[in-house]
Amino acid sequence: MRNAYAIETEGLTKIYGSGNTEVVAMRDVSLGVAKGEIVALVGPSGAGKSTLLTTVGLINPPTSGIVTIGSKRVMDGPRSLTNLAAFRLKHLGFVFQSSNLIPFLTALENVAVALELNDTGRRAARKRAMELLEYLGVAGRAGNYPSMLSGGEQQRVAVARALANNPSVILADEPTAALDSHRGRQVMELFKKVAHEQGAAVIVVTHDHRALDVFDTIYEMEDGVVHLSPSPQADL
Amino acid sequence: MNLAYKDIRHHLGRFVLTTVGIGLLLMIVMGMGGIYRGLVEDATLLVDTIGADLWVVQKGTRGPFAEVSRVPANLVHRVGAVPGVTAAREFVFHTIQREYRGKPLRMAVLGLSWPVDQGEWLPLIAGRPLAQAHFEMIADKTLGLALGERIPLGKDTYTVVGITGGMVGTGGDGLAFFALRDAQAIQFDMPGEAVRLERSARQARLAGMDWGAIQPSLLERALSLSSEIPSLGPPEISAVIARLAPGGDPPAVAAILSAWDDVSVHTHKGERDLLLRGVVERARKQLGLFRVLLTVISAIIMALILYTLTLDKIHDIALLKLIGASNRVILGLILQQSLILGMLGYGVAYLIGQRLFPLFPRRVVLTEPDLLILSLVILGISVFASLLGIWRALRVTPNEALSG
Repeated sequence: MRNAYAIETEGLTKIYGSGNTEVVAMRDVSLGVAKGEIVALVGPSGAGKSTLLTTVGLINPPTSGIVTIGSKRVMDGPRSLTNLAAFRLKHLGFVFQSSNLIPFLTALENVAVALELNDTGRRAARKRAMELLEYLGVAGRAGNYPSMLSGGEQQRVAVARALANNPSVILADEPTAALDSHRGRQVMELFKKVAHEQGAAVIVVTHDHRALDVFDTIYEMEDGVVHLSPSPQADL
Repeated sequence: MNLAYKDIRHHLGRFVLTTVGIGLLLMIVMGMGGIYRGLVEDATLLVDTIGADLWVVQKGTRGPFAEVSRVPANLVHRVGAVPGVTAAREFVFHTIQREYRGKPLRMAVLGLSWPVDQGEWLPLIAGRPLAQAHFEMIADKTLGLALGERIPLGKDTYTVVGITGGMVGTGGDGLAFFALRDAQAIQFDMPGEAVRLERSARQARLAGMDWGAIQPSLLERALSLSSEIPSLGPPEISAVIARLAPGGDPPAVAAILSAWDDVSVHTHKGERDLLLRGVVERARKQLGLFRVLLTVISAIIMALILYTLTLDKIHDIALLKLIGASNRVILGLILQQSLILGMLGYGVAYLIGQRLFPLFPRRVVLTEPDLLILSLVILGISVFASLLGIWRALRVTPNEALSG
């Protein structure tokens, strides 16, 4: 059933440049991720993984194709069908490599800012932010700036921020790239927990093949084309 | 959540330094405005303080401040007799520069019409008005003289008996008040040798004429004191100032006096205008222009600082956009920082200026209306300065957050 998907793409294509300089970064990508499902997107550098992630993240419009989030069609080719910034705020959560926390906000404020931008009151935002930090095990670092946190702690705070507005979709671009294998696995486990407990659809772009066993589905991407990997273990 | 405040809190040291820098810049703008206002106030201070309704000066001249004016001392009696004039006084004003204690002492000398005027109207901050007809003076504090100090001027020595505050001439020189005859004595003081030479020249001129040869007694008379020779007359004064009865009609009285062929008459307002449009006109315009230039330069510097601060935050702005911040939030962040920077800079400028401006050689006058206008200008500058940063911030795409 199409509506069971938290996020769905149909025939997404992204072409950079034109004529002799034309590069096809993504070709006819159609996939769906259900609520509570955690999906890995793997593939070599330049395969188009980040292009796909930013396209479904409503940051980078496709040349053609459709993005549907929940039951709402939000992109039809390069045409946006809604206020993308507001839509991102309510329905999408992002986690990236390190350094993607706002440096002048404390861990607590980094989470609370996402809530306040979504019109949550200051007190309620701080309460919810603290709950999320507790949930992710970094409540003790609530008053610290990102520069005072370890890479793993930063990523936990980033996950907390991504969860702040109860998004239906969480997108993570190589979230373990700056972490050692142990902490990398912890973060991946965290995404799995979030997907299963919070009911969010989680898409993770990763190069880290050691933690692929935590994913429900694995997509491989090469030359802009997505293939479903038969089973997580097969990729190990 | 106030992102502007949070950013400032995190980069407090840099923000404080930037604010102090902006504050110093704005202090110069404020000071230039104060110097401008001081120049205008200094130029008109004397005319306003004396409060004369009419200034009677040498025919065709622009009064005792704009140029040299010479009128006979007895003019005061003629002016006093005009209907509508309740009081007429002699006015002597000139600037001197003497060597005193090894340093140049420059002062604007003003003669008080003793005994009618002993300087009771002066804003004394120490001492007393004149109490005797000769050899006393009241000095403004800017001259750096102390009560009881004795100053040799010409052939006489004068004792400082009073100190005024804020009494300076049109050129910014401190005023010194003397009895009128003393002021004239200082003005027309001649060395003994010059007096003797003038007397010999007088005798030689007479000897070369028939009168000198026919009447030897005339030759004898020519050698006497100049004050004893009727044709030489007493020293002249700069002007006569007149006060009219309350409710009097200055233009009507001025019309009577203007009918005399030897004098020109200026009303209080006319004399004030002559000072502003004549004596200090160029300096006033120059300072005004300089003030405008400084304001423009401040706006440009503030804009560049804010642009740089925005560039430093491009990644953070992209990140905020990525998590869903609207352009209004980003605009608010930059605009608020600009306004905080401008207003704190203004406060710093005011506080430092309060301590620094009194040390300036010329008066720096900060009036409430000027300060209010400057605060509004700075408000405008802050908004203008933030435009460049806002323009750059609004062009940032969420994609830039992913560039690491």
